[in-house]
Amino acid sequence: MVKEAFDIDALIERHGRERSSLIPLLQEIQSELGYVPKEAIKAVARELDIFEVEVYEVLTFYAQFRLTPRGKHVIKVCLGTACHVMGGQDIFNYVSQVLGVSAGETTKDGTFTLERVACLGCCGMAPVVAIDDQVHGRQTISKVEKLLREHAANDVGKGEHVTKDAK
Amino acid sequence: MAFKGKVLICQGTSGVSGGAHIVSEALKQKLHESGLSDRYEIKRVGDRGLFRDVLIDIISPNGYRWTYERVSVEDVDEIVESHLIRGEPVKRLLAGDDYRMFFEGQLRWVLKNCGEIDPEDIEDYISVGGYEALRKALHEMTPEDVINEIAASGLRGRGGAGFPTGVKWRICRGYEAPTRYVICNADEGDPGAFMDRSVLEGDPHSVIEGLIIAGYAIGASKGFIYCRAEYPLAIRRLKIALQQARDKGFIGKDILGSGFSFDIVLKEGAGAFVCGEETALIASIEGRRGMPRARPPFPAEKGLWGMPTVINNVETLANVPRIIVNGAGWFSSVGTDGSKGTKVFALAGKVKNTGLVEVPMGVTLRQLVFGPGGGMARKGYAFKAVQIGGPSGGCLPEELLDTPIDYESLTQAGAIMGSGGLIVLDEGTCMVDVAKFFLSFTVAESCGKCIPCRVGLVRLYEVLDRITKGEGVEGDIEFLELLGSAIRETALCGLGKTAPNPVLTTVRYFRGEYEAHIKDRRCPAGVCVPLLRFEVDEGKCIKCGRCARVCPVGAIAWERGSFPIIDRSKCIKCRACIIECPEHAIN
Repeated sequence: MVKEAFDIDALIERHGRERSSLIPLLQEIQSELGYVPKEAIKAVARELDIFEVEVYEVLTFYAQFRLTPRGKHVIKVCLGTACHVMGGQDIFNYVSQVLGVSAGETTKDGTFTLERVACLGCCGMAPVVAIDDQVHGRQTISKVEKLLREHAANDVGKGEHVTKDAK
Repeated sequence: MAFKGKVLICQGTSGVSGGAHIVSEALKQKLHESGLSDRYEIKRVGDRGLFRDVLIDIISPNGYRWTYERVSVEDVDEIVESHLIRGEPVKRLLAGDDYRMFFEGQLRWVLKNCGEIDPEDIEDYISVGGYEALRKALHEMTPEDVINEIAASGLRGRGGAGFPTGVKWRICRGYEAPTRYVICNADEGDPGAFMDRSVLEGDPHSVIEGLIIAGYAIGASKGFIYCRAEYPLAIRRLKIALQQARDKGFIGKDILGSGFSFDIVLKEGAGAFVCGEETALIASIEGRRGMPRARPPFPAEKGLWGMPTVINNVETLANVPRIIVNGAGWFSSVGTDGSKGTKVFALAGKVKNTGLVEVPMGVTLRQLVFGPGGGMARKGYAFKAVQIGGPSGGCLPEELLDTPIDYESLTQAGAIMGSGGLIVLDEGTCMVDVAKFFLSFTVAESCGKCIPCRVGLVRLYEVLDRITKGEGVEGDIEFLELLGSAIRETALCGLGKTAPNPVLTTVRYFRGEYEAHIKDRRCPAGVCVPLLRFEVDEGKCIKCGRCARVCPVGAIAWERGSFPIIDRSKCIKCRACIIECPEHAIN
């Protein structure tokens, strides 16, 4: 048997076997692996003594959980109200067109995953795009194009990359 | 010993995205190189509410204060050399009139410490009077006294519905039970609202202190903070703050020798808007799908694991310590008859100054938008409407700008206070599109439990979608009104009941725009792509060529002194040219 990429015993040790541990358990698995694989659903169901479908229903109810691996860079285009009226949808359409993927999909080469989010809470900087959790405010189509190019070209690491607002 | 000067650097999500930590590092190094490290201390503070990228305050050892805005790493040397060494402030970077205007007319109670103290240092919070309220409540007041004080203050829930907080606590305490729980609702899901994030990032202890006091008042053994996973910085700072509060003995067994024991658990939400609804939130903490249930029984009677539970929002709890310290009379001296105290609004959209504004209840929308907001952002685009209350709220037109902001007046106008998201819309915003936007949001976030919401909202959305595509028919508007009212009356929870509000208010106040889409197949604001022709109106065009420069696919040919020509075969209809055009000349 292939060794599981997560240590279920350690996870249970930390979170316990209560039903209320289900979401924290899944969150931790996802933060380690980037998604929740089938084996994890089985293991969690077994340890919490609930049906697999009960794990699955929670996974598919909450927007945060992914059942498939994600790309190297995750682009979140905010489509909250402020971002929407400031042109967020135009930016989303553009990114989607350029990458050839729709919301929730990953490019074939595994570089980018595109996601739409309801609000990143940075409405004062709308429209906002977050790449790998780094927030970039006041985006335009040309700024986003530059961001995409930079991330595709260099492997820009988390937190090292910062844009300045055009003054 | 001489007082040290201070350099405050705003490092909330907004500051960090502008590069605050890089500026901070550069400053530290420069101070060290210049031998000023022992005269100035660098202090990390939360965001102050105004989005100005990196904001820096310099407080001289004798107490004078200068604010710099939009500071970049290249400016650091100049600030240190000119200001700190030669005593000449760098004029070009000093915060200007906009900044002053933004803060004038605000009454900052909840946001008082945001941008002033280090959110990751409990000592800083204590130095400004933090945890004094807890001490007072535990040592000088009975739980009933605390409840009476909060009830007398007139504080109402800041999360949306506006239920009186003291009454909620009293009801909960009235139920006999083996234990009770108190939950801080930090699942700030309203797109357009970000005050809870800023408070949690900038002043987490005020919320924690409020939660402990609430726990004491209702006799709870345990508290929960349910925070959105989309707020990683807020979660990190909450974890730090909880640990520090535990180390100091403000959380745990026998708090401050009072005999009262209370623990707090941080729960991360998993991305479901409906979890802002209290019964759904409870289901989520219990590890289930976040689906609401019918009320009554209300959570105050049967909540988390069947126990009496109080759920309060972040801003509500942040008010609690201040009321305990300053008294109910102090709090209720501000506001209107039915709405006391202040409210924080998240001002965003097409307004000059975007950010968090805290004002006394009862000020008018106009005062907000044209006072701290500084008026409209874009020249040539006039004010059109203000969207208040998020997906549950409504769009109010110019005629209603003098509406005072209080729970009752807003409800009467068809909107709601909600959590305080306030998005300003201008002529470049299509109201049908805005209504459709909110519907697409609530359709996606509907949990699917009750039919009016699950099916009704989809039907509403379909009609709006047709209208924005130029396929509207006679009778559509009446249908929207009929179905919208039916959903409002029959849906199970707050999400469904209020979801038609954006549609109903835009129909009510902007009927003409709906008619233009349906009868003339025209989108007056130039937003609905299928109704746009991407033609240059040569009567309006000033031949500036900006459209050609922003086109990402090179579909616009332009030469100096001539009209631009749009090549339809290349055009991807991204609207970049329409947004850029200063004369509304492309439609």
